[in-house]
Amino acid sequence: MSSKYFDKYVTLRKHNAKVAWKKAKISKMCYLFLAPYALLFTMFYILPVINSIFFSFTYYNILEPARFIGIHNYVSLILEDDVFLIGVKNTFMIAIITGPLGYVLSFLFAWLINELPRWIRAITIVVFYAPSISGTLYTVFKILFQGDYYGPVNSILINWGIIDAPILWFNDPRYMLPICMVIILWMSLGAGFLSFVAGLQGIDGSQYEAGYMDGVKNRWQELWYITLPNMKPMLMFGAVMTITSSFGVCDVTMQLCGYPSTDYAARTIVTHLFDYGFSRFEMGYACAIATMLFLIMILCNKAIQSLLRRVGT
Amino acid sequence: MSKKQNETEVVKHHLIQRRKPNRSVGGDIGVYIFLLLVGIAMVFPLVFAINMSLKPLDELFMFPPKVFARNPTLDNFADLFVNMSKSTVAFSRYVFNTVFITAVGTAGHLLIASMGAFVLAKYQFPGNQTFFKLVTTAMMFTGYVTQIPNYIIISKLGWVDTFWACIIPAFAFPMGFFLMKQFMEGLPSTLIEAAKIDGASEWKVFTKIVMPNVKPAWLTMIIYSVQALWNNQQATFIFSEEKKTLVYALNQIMGGGIARTGQAQAVLIIVIAVPITIFMFTESQILETMASSGLKD
Repeated sequence: MSSKYFDKYVTLRKHNAKVAWKKAKISKMCYLFLAPYALLFTMFYILPVINSIFFSFTYYNILEPARFIGIHNYVSLILEDDVFLIGVKNTFMIAIITGPLGYVLSFLFAWLINELPRWIRAITIVVFYAPSISGTLYTVFKILFQGDYYGPVNSILINWGIIDAPILWFNDPRYMLPICMVIILWMSLGAGFLSFVAGLQGIDGSQYEAGYMDGVKNRWQELWYITLPNMKPMLMFGAVMTITSSFGVCDVTMQLCGYPSTDYAARTIVTHLFDYGFSRFEMGYACAIATMLFLIMILCNKAIQSLLRRVGT
Repeated sequence: MSKKQNETEVVKHHLIQRRKPNRSVGGDIGVYIFLLLVGIAMVFPLVFAINMSLKPLDELFMFPPKVFARNPTLDNFADLFVNMSKSTVAFSRYVFNTVFITAVGTAGHLLIASMGAFVLAKYQFPGNQTFFKLVTTAMMFTGYVTQIPNYIIISKLGWVDTFWACIIPAFAFPMGFFLMKQFMEGLPSTLIEAAKIDGASEWKVFTKIVMPNVKPAWLTMIIYSVQALWNNQQATFIFSEEKKTLVYALNQIMGGGIARTGQAQAVLIIVIAVPITIFMFTESQILETMASSGLKD
């Protein structure tokens, strides 16, 4: 009896596979078009993730073949590596503060400039987007916050009598992270911001007119009842961009606070990954860090997406 | 006389019409002032960097420092090309390397990713949904997670210390692919079907019909690819000095201490000028592309 069902199931699956194969044959052209991208994408995005998970269970230094050591890398990361824990703490602090704040600011500014006259809006977008698109402009903060008397911030504060000796902004653990966070916020109007601007422009005006008829009184009600529900796909895209960049912080902290930074006060997960990957060549250990970062990013993205799905429902 | 009055009436009417009826004037003025203040804060570092690059040496070390250069000069820029031409690697070499990597990487990315995006957007075939899901997932972790395994793969391929180490992975940049695919979905299918009835091959359809119609998405791909490659340091993949990029030179000059402040700011201006300029000229097309950037599921 059960074997009869099993046979039926097998023939069904065979049939399905045949149909799929036929379909695939018809769309041969499609696969040819997709092949170059698919190959490179597999090589530089999918394979690395699989490799990273594989090597995270080994001791590997590129010169010798990888040696399987089980979960030893993860155990030492969590239990023995104090510096890693500092990195995790800093990364989460940066992500939790600059992530949501940067996201909200991106939307707020996109929403506020939406009603500006066309030319002013175009200029405003350039001004707001420049820190992000320029990529390296943030290095100017190294000079603004220079640690001697000539540093602009120091000299202004000394001139005003607020401090009497120059502060080493990027060497003093008390100031490093807060300054970096301000700079990261200054850079946070990125691709998500552009997506919001474009999305707001695309909302059908008749919806707003219907809203006036139905008694939407001010800009805040309009935002909540009409604008936000219309913006859901862009909000999702913006969230992906924000999460990816806020957990991947390392450029700003490494450039400005040094590598390694004083007391590891500006160490992030990615900095730790570079340290083990490219300075000590402990690839297995570095891969364990990368795998953990990967899991954090994916889980956080999934969580935020399910949260955003509820907007306007 | 009455005609003129009439005209002003029309203009007035027009202005009133353009304002949304549920906005208070006070609120609008508040918004403008707020945006102005934030805008000044956002643009200040840029203004400061430009002025630093134009300051002569004596003004760079003035106490207290001034934001604006009093006697602006291009000496710092000249120093980069004249003085540094005597160093082991001429400054122009860094410029060439960066331009080369950016141009080749962007061109390849544009062609390869558009081809893939085209079939994914316009045809149904087994596996297309899964592949697109993988690309969107890649956008969620892209960047540093793959750095270490990428290094291992590139070293196995023997590309370490060649330009290919920077160029080829850039072809597969997921965000460009994603934006192109989303934008192509908005292209009317009748356009493609009509061309097919006329007997055009897929390749002809792609090059003659699809690509000319998605110029905004090209420009968007170009700006993101240029931004990524132009600012790419890739010190891990390339160790020969004569193959290093501009951003690397910038870091070296900045590391040279405060005596090099003016020159460092001059390099910085050269580095940031490119992406900002491209963005300024392509802004409206990029916004057109971003309108279809939403993630639906």
